[in-house]
Amino acid sequence: MTEYLPPILAEYGDDLLDGFLVTIQLVGMSVAFGAIIGMGVAAARMSPRWWLKAFAWFYIGLFRGTPLLAQLFLIYYGLGQFSGLWRTLGLWNFLRDPFNCALLAFSLNTAAYQAEIFRGAILAVPEGQWEGARALGVGRRVAFMRVILPQAALLALRPFGNEIVLMIKGSAVASVVTVYDLLGETRLAYSDTFRFDVYFYAAALYLVLVETLRRLWDIFERRLTRHLDRERKEAVVDPAGQPVMS
Amino acid sequence: MNRMIIVAALALATVLPAAAQDKMQLRIGTEGAYPPFNYFDSAGNLVGFDIDIAKALCDEMNAECTFVTQDWDGIIPALLANKFDAIIASMSMTPARDEIVDFTDKYYNTPPAIAVPKDSSLADASPESMADIILGAQSSTTHANYAEKFFPDTELRRYGTPEEYKLDLQSGRIDAAIDDSTVLSTWVNSEDGACCKILEVLKNDPIIHGPGAGIAVREEDTELKEKFNTAIAAIRANGVYKQINDKHFDIDVYGD
Repeated sequence: MTEYLPPILAEYGDDLLDGFLVTIQLVGMSVAFGAIIGMGVAAARMSPRWWLKAFAWFYIGLFRGTPLLAQLFLIYYGLGQFSGLWRTLGLWNFLRDPFNCALLAFSLNTAAYQAEIFRGAILAVPEGQWEGARALGVGRRVAFMRVILPQAALLALRPFGNEIVLMIKGSAVASVVTVYDLLGETRLAYSDTFRFDVYFYAAALYLVLVETLRRLWDIFERRLTRHLDRERKEAVVDPAGQPVMS
Repeated sequence: MNRMIIVAALALATVLPAAAQDKMQLRIGTEGAYPPFNYFDSAGNLVGFDIDIAKALCDEMNAECTFVTQDWDGIIPALLANKFDAIIASMSMTPARDEIVDFTDKYYNTPPAIAVPKDSSLADASPESMADIILGAQSSTTHANYAEKFFPDTELRRYGTPEEYKLDLQSGRIDAAIDDSTVLSTWVNSEDGACCKILEVLKNDPIIHGPGAGIAVREEDTELKEKFNTAIAAIRANGVYKQINDKHFDIDVYGD
């Protein structure tokens, strides 16, 4: 098999694939953790309690207003300065590992962006939807879950996808803390061989990843907008034998 | 538009015979993050053994030199892309690099070493004792290659600069670090490196390290390479090299 590959892939292909998996793992996990934290932060940001609001405002400002690289550096090398303290607190086993530190930095960073995406989407659902639900005697909680959230999800879908794509590319900074993701491995291979084409293969892998994500998002969007889809609806025949009006 | 004028002026400057027989202009590429060989002191000046040697060689060649700093893992591509004319940055003349660039004669040769925290339980630097520990090295260096070859059971972490593995050795994220023996001993003897000690000085591996550190030039610049060689021989002979050596080290780094 390897003899059919370009020589640089025969030699460094495994390393690039390892890096590719690290990228997927790092981005997948940090986006998931980021979504959980982000929902909390978005809720805090919209809370009537001033101190929750202030905290969320500060958090979002801090993580969106400073470079991811600086956050990663501070979390890895900065917290590393106090290793004695973390040892006594029992946190050193977690912070000692570079992957954990990268995961922590990326999760906290993407949570700030996601919080704003979620908040924006929820606020963008027209006020009338709340009023309509109330007029029908639906409680706030149910109204949020069944009326507001499905509409907000549709609004948040594309920005959320964008955020993941940005994280995929932003995660390339992980190699400064010795976590060699796809781009990190590429740079290593390049500095061993001085052959530019290795960047081409890395770019191809990134494209595959982003394109896969884009197609997945198309599917999600079709699913979330199925109530708006004219053609599909007309195909559905109602029990009385008449096409359903849309 | 401005750029056009500059390009035109440059073209003219090269076509016209060097009127006043100006000094040869040379741009020297170096890393600037590798104490004690090339680094920025607290005042922001580029200093170190490599820098002093470069200045001495430039004087010897009657050249006017400017320094350009460049991250280590991109330093050879930058030379090839004509960002500077020579690399004087403690670069080991490895066979792999020799295929891409041309090297002068060596200007020093020191062995690698392993540094560990003072309370380390490691007895020696044999591959058996080093197994199952975490070893730090600067990426894309002979030391990282050495670790891969001789310590196959050791987890290797690759750092962009020596500064970073030093931080992690201090905090205890890594158990040992591998680098040039002079680099590590300078560090452990400084206040900064008080955490750590030299575990063992290793032997150079001819395949990995080559014949020592040399100056890299583009393959077509044979004339420049010869000039450097003559200049290295000259400062070796006239005592300038020894002066610089003694200013920085209490051992002879030229090797035999």
